[in-house]
Amino acid sequence: MKLFARFLKIPFWSWFWLILGVLYYFLPLYATLDFSLRMERGKISLKAYQMAFADPEFLRTFGYSIFLAVMTIIVSIALVVPTAYWVRLRLPQARRFVEFITLMPFVIPAIILVFGLIRIYSSPLTIPFTSITLMQPLTNFKVGTNILIIGGYVVLGLPYMYRSVDTGMRTVDVLTLTEAAQSMGANWPTTIIKVILPNVRTALLSGSLLTFAIVVGEVILASFLGVPAFGPYLFLLGQHRAFEPAALSFATFLLTWAAMGIIQLVTGGQSQSSGAH
Amino acid sequence: MENTNLSARKNPAAPMNWKHWFGVLPFFIFAILFLFLPSIRLFVGSFTDNTGKFTFDNIQQLFSQRVIVDAYKVSIELSAMTALGGGILGFMLAYAITIGGLPKFLRPALITFSGVASNFAGVPLAFAFVATLGRTGFITAILKNVFHVNIYQTGFNLYSFWGLSLTYMYFQFPLMVLIMAPALDGLKKEWREAAHNLGANNLQYWLKVAMPVLMPSILGSIILLFGNAFGAYATAYALTGGQLPIVTILIGAQMRGDVLHNPGLGYALAIGMVVIMAVSLLGYSWLQSRTERWLK
Repeated sequence: MKLFARFLKIPFWSWFWLILGVLYYFLPLYATLDFSLRMERGKISLKAYQMAFADPEFLRTFGYSIFLAVMTIIVSIALVVPTAYWVRLRLPQARRFVEFITLMPFVIPAIILVFGLIRIYSSPLTIPFTSITLMQPLTNFKVGTNILIIGGYVVLGLPYMYRSVDTGMRTVDVLTLTEAAQSMGANWPTTIIKVILPNVRTALLSGSLLTFAIVVGEVILASFLGVPAFGPYLFLLGQHRAFEPAALSFATFLLTWAAMGIIQLVTGGQSQSSGAH
Repeated sequence: MENTNLSARKNPAAPMNWKHWFGVLPFFIFAILFLFLPSIRLFVGSFTDNTGKFTFDNIQQLFSQRVIVDAYKVSIELSAMTALGGGILGFMLAYAITIGGLPKFLRPALITFSGVASNFAGVPLAFAFVATLGRTGFITAILKNVFHVNIYQTGFNLYSFWGLSLTYMYFQFPLMVLIMAPALDGLKKEWREAAHNLGANNLQYWLKVAMPVLMPSILGSIILLFGNAFGAYATAYALTGGQLPIVTILIGAQMRGDVLHNPGLGYALAIGMVVIMAVSLLGYSWLQSRTERWLK
């Protein structure tokens, strides 16, 4: 009887849903891992990983994606930190409008963003009512495409970077910091770079890692803008290979896990989600 | 809000003047170049015919062209199905790890994992599900060899509506966990105790106290999940190769080669999608603001 009473105290349904959820999380990952290890018939090996990582095309596209991610993070920080700072300090009436802009990417999915970008920037910039061309279409040359795709990625990461930085600034009281810095004779750039930036570094790190996770595997902007990035490479590889794509998918998962794990560590549980699908 | 008032009050020496807007100028220029101009271009295009004149034709055709109506229908069904399914599973899981009486250490682990899973999408996710539920997938094989059930003979197909729904669920329910866990934390112990002291049983507590408090949050999250699935493209494209006619896939095909034979209609298709996304985001934020009254 006592045993039965104790059994009743076990939160049966909680365990049921937990197990169901955990199965949903892990079965696809396990299946991918299992499949990726079976390239050599009849035994478990890392052959698929060796093959995938040794492909020069992989190295090129992955390196390129990392370059794009780093550039996106730099531009995002340069854009978001002064803006969030200024809005907090001098321009609270702009808050609603700035927040509206940072939420726009939730309403304009990547596929629509790239649609609009291509339509705007695939024609040359001319002086109105003349045929004098100021600039070639951005989509026509490499630097132009890079500008477009990095700009697009900054947009995709904007909600996370802005929210992260803004929350960071709320917790450190930027106003007092600024007054302290300026009463010691610091000018504006010094204040931002030497005082504000170090104080929101946790927020910057988590915003950057989320941006990194979005950019490295991104496929929509990259494929429509015709950029040789990792996302389109993985997609094409999946068309004619079996084991290597599984290996790279699992590796991508580990990379996402690393990024999220670090965010979890530095922010102490203020987990976020990007939703760039 | 409090903080912004504070900074405004503490700075009487800095009167609000137009010069202050220079500080946010780079951000606004960026937003104009990479957000407003592209959106305006699509918006204007959707009201323009092939000769460049103003027209309502494209908008009308959204509701009359068979291909487009079908695409919206499948997209809405897919998003609603996965929002509901992901919402239920996510809510139950969030309940289990917050107030469901499970060991404490499970919570941070599951929250972190939800953060990872809700970000794990696109091409890798599609490949993972091919390895799981594809024709030679892991679960397909187990069901066939152990339980002697060939799911592909019962009509299941990973590369169809239901297969894509199961795949979308992988990033949907973790998102629900992430949003609902804090909301469930907000249910105060005192409310339950007060209800019990007044003679309510568990069911009455849930129906009369907990659910009314949580309802805006649950509905809002499900709407957010809907938008999350509605805008998805990469996962669907990688999994079905563009075979399942959802709106994002149709927009992609239109960009690649004007499959609708009318550029204006392509723009209208995109704008219709933005409108649906905007409505769902507004619904979410409205419901979320109603929740915050209780869950502070």
